[in-house]
Amino acid sequence: MYVKKNPGFDTPAASEITPRDIYETRRDWLRLMAAGGAGAALAAWAQRAAHAQPPAAARPGKLAALPSQRSNVAGATTMDKPTAYDDVTGYNNFYEFGTGKEDPARLAGSLKTRPWTVAVEGEVDKPRVYAIDELLKLAPMEERIYRLRCVEGWSMVIPWQGWSLAELIKRAEPTSRAKFVEFHSLADKAQMPGVGSRVLQWPYVEGLRIDEALHPLTLLAFGLYGEVLPAQNGAPVRLVVPWKYGFKSAKSLVRIRLVEKQPATAWNVAAPQEYGFYSNVNPKVDHPRWSQASERRIGEDGLFQRKRPTAMFNGYEAQVASLYAGMDLRKFF
Amino acid sequence: MKALLHPAAKPTLFVLCLLPLALLVAGAASNTLGANPAEALIRSLGDWTLRMLCLTLAVTPLRQWTGWQALARWRRMLGLFTFFYSALHLLAYAWFDMGFYVDDIARDIAKRPFILVGFLALLLMLPLAATSFNRAIKALGAARWQALHRLVYLVAPLGVLHFFWMRAGKNNFAEVAVYAAVLGTLLGWRLLRRLKRPDRLQPQRA
Repeated sequence: MYVKKNPGFDTPAASEITPRDIYETRRDWLRLMAAGGAGAALAAWAQRAAHAQPPAAARPGKLAALPSQRSNVAGATTMDKPTAYDDVTGYNNFYEFGTGKEDPARLAGSLKTRPWTVAVEGEVDKPRVYAIDELLKLAPMEERIYRLRCVEGWSMVIPWQGWSLAELIKRAEPTSRAKFVEFHSLADKAQMPGVGSRVLQWPYVEGLRIDEALHPLTLLAFGLYGEVLPAQNGAPVRLVVPWKYGFKSAKSLVRIRLVEKQPATAWNVAAPQEYGFYSNVNPKVDHPRWSQASERRIGEDGLFQRKRPTAMFNGYEAQVASLYAGMDLRKFF
Repeated sequence: MKALLHPAAKPTLFVLCLLPLALLVAGAASNTLGANPAEALIRSLGDWTLRMLCLTLAVTPLRQWTGWQALARWRRMLGLFTFFYSALHLLAYAWFDMGFYVDDIARDIAKRPFILVGFLALLLMLPLAATSFNRAIKALGAARWQALHRLVYLVAPLGVLHFFWMRAGKNNFAEVAVYAAVLGTLLGWRLLRRLKRPDRLQPQRA
C-alpha cells in the first residue's frame, strides 16, 4: 500500500504552476470582459477575483501608523507586487525639492506638515478651509494598491492610504458651473529649495475634469504602506489618479478649486506639445521624445530584462474608459 | 611639466579614464545605482562622453597657454576614451532601454531627433577612432589626417544638441549650459586663433 510520507504541504511540480504570462492574460481577459457589454455582474465578479489573492504590504515602521481598511472600490487593489518602500520613497519627482530623483528624499525634510490647511473653494455652495486633522477623519481610510506610471517610462506599485476625492467635493456642493477641478501644491521658498527655479511655474497646478475628479478611483492620499506620507511623496495630503501619468497627481495640496474653465496646468504650460491636459496613460500615443509603449517596473525589471508593455489607461480601462467615450485621445492626449 | 613626461604619466591617465566605468560597474554589481540602475548607467555614460570630449578639446588650448608641449601626448588617449564612453552609452541604451531589438532601435533613431543627433555624433567619431594609430596617420598623410580629425568640431555641437534636446521637455538646462559654455569656449578659442593667423589676413594673389 502506498503511504504518503509527507502529509503537509506538497511542493507542486513545476508543470503544475500556471505560468505568469497565462495568469496575467487571464486578468486582462477579466478586465476586458468587465469593460465590455457583460456589465456590472461580470465587473463585480472580476473585482472579487482581484480580491482573491491580495498582495501583502508590510508597514516599514519609519513614520506614524495610518490604519486603513481594504477598499471596495472596483479596481482599487491591483494584484501586482508592491514596489519596495525604499524605492517608493527614494526615487521621486517633486521639483519643489529639485529636479534629481534623489533630491526630494534628501531635501524634503524641511517641509513642515503641521499645521496644514486645505482650502476647498471656487464654484461651490459651501467653501471651507479644512485643517489636516479634520481631513484625516473626514471619511474612513482605505488601502488602495495602485499602479503608478510616470510619463518618463518607469512604473511602481504603491499601497496608498486615503479616500475618494469625491467625498470632499460632494461636501462642498459644487454649483452647476463647476466643470473642472484645480489642484494647487504648496510653493514656499523657505521650505522648498526648488521653488524659484524656472523649470516650472509655481505654485504647481494640476487639474481634472469634474467627472474625472468624482471618479471613485481618484484618491486623496494621506499615507502609503500603512504610514503617513513621507514628505518626498507629497505629505501631508496629495492626489492620486492611477490611470493618468504620475505628474497629474499633485503633491502637498493646499488648495482645491472648482472652476468653470479648463485650468492652465504646470506641465501643460511649460511644454504643451509634450504634456497634454488629459495625460491618460496611453501606449499608443508616444511622447515626442520617447515611446510610451513600454515601461520599466522599478525594482522588478532588472537591468537585462526587456521593459514590460504599458496597458491602456494604466490597466484601469474597465473602470475609466467610459469617461472618454467619443473623444479622440490623440488630440486630447 | 616634468611629471607629464614621466613614464608613469600615460598609464596613470589611462587608469584615471577607466575609473568612472569601474565605479559604474561596481555600482551596478552592488546595486547601489539607485532605484533605476538602467537609467543611471545610460545617463552617466553620456555624461562621461561629454566630459571626455571637453578634456580632449582642452588639450591644445592648454598646451599653448601653459607651454607644456608634453600635453600633446595625451590627446589621442582622451579622444579614444571619448569614443569609448560614447560607444558604451549607445550600447547601454540599446541593451537596457531597447532590449537589443534592432527594429525598435531603428524606429527610435528615425523618429526622435535627439536620438538621431546623438547617433550621428557617434558615427562621426568612428573614422576618427579608426584612424587613431600611427600607421593610419602615415598612410593618410598628416594634412589629410588632420582635416579628417576636424570632424570633432562637428561632434562637439551635436553632442551638446543631443543633451539639450533630451532635457528640453523639462526646461532643465543648468547642466547643458555648463557643457555648452565649456565646449563653446574651446571651439571659440580655435576660431579666434585661426582668424588671427597672419596668413589669413594677407590679401589673396590673383
